Amino acid sequence: MAFFEMVKTALKTVVKRPVTILYPAQAAKKTPISRGHVVFDGNKCISCSICQRKCPSQAIVLNKEAKSWQINRFRCVVCNSCVDICPSKCLFMDTQYTAPAMAKGVDTFTITYVKPAKPE
Amino acid sequence: MSKQITVPFGPQHPVLPEPIHLDLVLEDETVVDVIPSIGYIHRGFEKLVEKREFTDYVYIAERTCGICSFVHGATYCQGIEQIMKIDVPERAQYLRVIWSEYSRLHSHLLWLGLFADSFGFENLFMNAWKIREDILDVMEQTTGGRVIQGSCKVGGVRRDISDEKLDAMAKDLDRIDRDMKELTTVFLQDSSIQHRLRNVGVISRGDAYHLGAVGPTARGSGVAIDTRKLGYGAYDRLNVQVVTESCGDCYSRCAVRAKELFTSTDLIRQAVKKIPDGPIDIKVTGAPDGEYFMRAEQPRGELVHYLKGNGTKFLVRSRIRTPTLTNIPPLIKMLQGCELADVPVIVLSIDPCISCTER
Amino acid sequence: MTPENQTTTSIDVGKLIGSVERFRNEGYRLVQIGCTKVGDLYEINYSFDKDYHFENIRITITGDTEVPSISGMYWNSFIYENEMHDLFGIPVRGMNIDFKGTFIRTAVKYPFSQPPVTVTKGDKS
Repeated sequence: MAFFEMVKTALKTVVKRPVTILYPAQAAKKTPISRGHVVFDGNKCISCSICQRKCPSQAIVLNKEAKSWQINRFRCVVCNSCVDICPSKCLFMDTQYTAPAMAKGVDTFTITYVKPAKPE
Repeated sequence: MSKQITVPFGPQHPVLPEPIHLDLVLEDETVVDVIPSIGYIHRGFEKLVEKREFTDYVYIAERTCGICSFVHGATYCQGIEQIMKIDVPERAQYLRVIWSEYSRLHSHLLWLGLFADSFGFENLFMNAWKIREDILDVMEQTTGGRVIQGSCKVGGVRRDISDEKLDAMAKDLDRIDRDMKELTTVFLQDSSIQHRLRNVGVISRGDAYHLGAVGPTARGSGVAIDTRKLGYGAYDRLNVQVVTESCGDCYSRCAVRAKELFTSTDLIRQAVKKIPDGPIDIKVTGAPDGEYFMRAEQPRGELVHYLKGNGTKFLVRSRIRTPTLTNIPPLIKMLQGCELADVPVIVLSIDPCISCTER
Repeated sequence: MTPENQTTTSIDVGKLIGSVERFRNEGYRLVQIGCTKVGDLYEINYSFDKDYHFENIRITITGDTEVPSISGMYWNSFIYENEMHDLFGIPVRGMNIDFKGTFIRTAVKYPFSQPPVTVTKGDKS
């Protein structure tokens, strides 16, 4: 049995630098593969709606007629499933978390992809 | 005989991280009976399986728990793979072991911190979580998520770890080992901690076994149950050491977890040494038809995922039996006869994870 | 990975107590009791383990059949039996701690006995 075992550790932390970072003055830790939020590129989307079907939290709604791609950031669990599955590679994962919002809502993007004309 | 009074404990209590309610029947300061009740956060995950494809349900299975999420995902995937008779590539199995053991390190360090907080050692709490942060950093670097890894899928894993990174991780573990050694010495040696934990919440070996205790709660009473010994995943090729203590009190349960930290780092080192090259996933076709009870060792003990499919994309039933659920009856036994002031420490000593318990 | 050898024996409700008693006498521990709804019937699995050897017995009953509690042999079974009652609505006779439907409080009564959810196209719930 030992007495004051903790004192050694406690004294060490007094002289060392703090292990926490001064967020937000200092940027938060991030890695290249951190999952932050999904980014959509309307120029590439071929409206296949696989992302909508594979989304486990059903956050994505794709409307072919209206040419719109909607994501409900409050439902999205940032699982990377849509990014993995997208055949046209129009979805990306950004490392930055979604900014806080005052009201719930959906983000709507327009699909601007134009099917290339078949070569003659 | 003195008068009996009933004191409600929880679901909101400063020491409890999660909502469990206990009705403590007291005689003076001594607890004579306990009636537990849960059901404050039942989410009905198991019903969701009926409308999510089995390949997508892994994301939901993972979110059963916020601490041992990887183990839930891996167990679910392994259960489906057993039903569908899928041979998962070797490398994926080793990667699952590595991430599972990192989950165990992170969960045990989190628990040690909370436990220290419960008996008033806040500085120790911060030190435990400081080391946990290193583990979480590795998790984020390799999977992209700190606590919800999402790196497991049916048929393999979604991300590979490069060999250089694996070596760097193994090297980094030496430093983490040193830090943990310093931390656990305090838990295991310090006199005031021993005074607080010794002979508190004692449960005998026989009671622990027959009341269904699993994981560190059972091992603290000398019952050597460790589901990793079943050899699922790559565990059959690794040397798994089962840590047991014999006293069955809070100190023993704390000591088991403190010593398991080092068996986990040892397992990671073994896995890094043995991991073969090769693919990390295999294409899955068809749908599960059959049933299987997949058992795996979670940081808190034995986890059972019962999966039943009928040949369609949607499973009929997924039943998740978490270790905390089966550790509640032993908890009642421990609490009977203890002092009211010891209740928070004893409740925390089984590492209750009520969110998992309620699915 | 070698699959675990899991044996499942289907038995009658009447023989449940006898079979469980045999496990208890041989020193098995109760791993779990789990209920599954298959069509109109309910399958209840009682799983036991001893030295990493997994045994499972199964009874198949209709929703209104009363199931005897095994809490006489396994004191810890009340957790699973209350859960079975609260989620599936299966009456269990003689539990040592009977919560009478308050163990798991749900908005829908006996949610797991409701017909399975069918996914229709465009379902966004």
